Amino acid sequence: MKKYLQVLTGIGLGLVLTTGLYAQEMLQIKGSDTLINLVQRLSEVYMEENPGKFIAITGGGSGTGIAGLINGKCDIANASRLMKSKEIKQANSRKITPKRIVIAMDGLSVIVNDRNPVSKLTKDELGRIFRGEVTNWKEIGGNDMSITLYGRQSNSGTFVFFKEAILKADYSQKMNRMNGNAQIVEAVKQDVSGIGYVGVGYVKKVTGLTVVKVASASGKKYISPLDAEDVKSGKYPITRPLNQYLNGIPKGAVSHFIAFELSEKGQRIVEEEGFFPIPSEYRDFNNKNLGM
Amino acid sequence: MKMNKFKEKAIHSLFFFNGLLVVLILLGIFALLVFTALPGFKEIKVTEFLFKSHWNPTSYVKSSYGIVSMLVSTLMVTFGALLIAIPLSIGTAAYLTDLAGPRVREIAKPIIEILAGIPSVVIGFLGILLVGPFIARFFGLHNGLNAVNGSILLAIMALPTIISLSEDALKSVPKSYTQASLALGATKWQTLVKIKIPAACSGILAACMLGMGRAIGETMTVLMATGCAPAMPKSFLGSVRTMTSTIAIELGEVPYNTTHYYALFGVGLVLFVITFIVNMISDIILHRHERKTR
Repeated sequence: MKKYLQVLTGIGLGLVLTTGLYAQEMLQIKGSDTLINLVQRLSEVYMEENPGKFIAITGGGSGTGIAGLINGKCDIANASRLMKSKEIKQANSRKITPKRIVIAMDGLSVIVNDRNPVSKLTKDELGRIFRGEVTNWKEIGGNDMSITLYGRQSNSGTFVFFKEAILKADYSQKMNRMNGNAQIVEAVKQDVSGIGYVGVGYVKKVTGLTVVKVASASGKKYISPLDAEDVKSGKYPITRPLNQYLNGIPKGAVSHFIAFELSEKGQRIVEEEGFFPIPSEYRDFNNKNLGM
Repeated sequence: MKMNKFKEKAIHSLFFFNGLLVVLILLGIFALLVFTALPGFKEIKVTEFLFKSHWNPTSYVKSSYGIVSMLVSTLMVTFGALLIAIPLSIGTAAYLTDLAGPRVREIAKPIIEILAGIPSVVIGFLGILLVGPFIARFFGLHNGLNAVNGSILLAIMALPTIISLSEDALKSVPKSYTQASLALGATKWQTLVKIKIPAACSGILAACMLGMGRAIGETMTVLMATGCAPAMPKSFLGSVRTMTSTIAIELGEVPYNTTHYYALFGVGLVLFVITFIVNMISDIILHRHERKTR
């Protein structure tokens, strides 16, 4: 009995010590489910190149990441939307000054099942579909079939971004609230009547889907988010920057990792993961926020 | 001798405090829910909260806090689950006590118990990849993210609880009852339906109630498999959003100490009260039955 106790306390002590040691070097990143795969990949390559550095990444949605930054639970918050002024105020009241860095560009992609003949929509039509004003595909040039909406849950930055950029009103109460980009892709693949929106990084290697071409207004050119130039230049109507929020001008480990993300190598990984590298205007923006 | 007495007392008080601790924890949870939910009702009308079906705290236009549609959703998947699970479980329990040979029982029992240990996320996956598409094909729908899917999955999760407890109840029916019935010329089936199940009724009922408690509180599975559309559910083949999924989705990102935050605790309080009432009722039935059979 005594021996067991000794062994147990030994193990316990060991655990405490090791976690204590790791905690010093462990960078905590939290937030957007759209960004999680990309940042995961970036950190893996980074940790390979810099032995002794550790990064822990969790998802939960942009809202969760931003809440984490405000509550001092993480070093970097991934966010596919901007911080709201209310959130910035909350952060300031806790002596946290959020600094925004743009690490990649995303063409938010609207997807339908590949058995659905509809392949292009205007921004206005998208708004009407997701507000629940258009409920049958035949009203917008498709077959006679009711529309099934797939969107994200309210903790998602993509949910908020799409609402503010396209709907400018509430989502239809009938929209299914899915638990992440991958679930929307899976659902639309199976559902011939489905339509959903996900980060472009989630549609590149998938079959069974049509990535809808979007026009900013009727009569304008329909553009695909898979076209790198059009997303980078902002011609694609639902282009958005993917952000990371930091507490103040970064120092030490955080700034080292950010520099890697923005380096040529980091941006190459961004492209490999299906997103687009940052254009020069955001480079200047980043430099300003990094105090360079 | 003195030492022994001291030991006896120490152990006595240890168990007393254990029992007291459970009561305190329960009261603590209740108090926490009440005090965190209350400030919300400064801004939300109680009548709106309880009788309106529109829940949209982060609305573009105007926040609304009605819980009826999620209450209905929760009740739908729970009763759906019980409808599937109860006949299946009682059948299985009857088979295990009456018909199965010792070999079969030895293999079947642990397998049923393993079913209880499957994590709810895994069952949720099953709902998305297997049960959902099957339901879609069977009913000719475009997708299988609906209350039926949730009910089937919750039934699977409630099965082990109901089976094990019903089996115990059937087993505890005195042998003399069965023997008397068989001796009077009743068949095995008649004995089971007319004698054993009625005699074990209270135990089986308690088993079903516990299964129901499991189904009402389950979160991850329904979150993944029912689509979570907040609209008022119209049929079992439409998407539903339960109270548990609403709390799980929204609590992670809600700013502390806002009306929305308090409202979510209000939802939790309603859920707590429902499970409390379910347990109370099952307890009352159990006691009444015990007195009758004595």
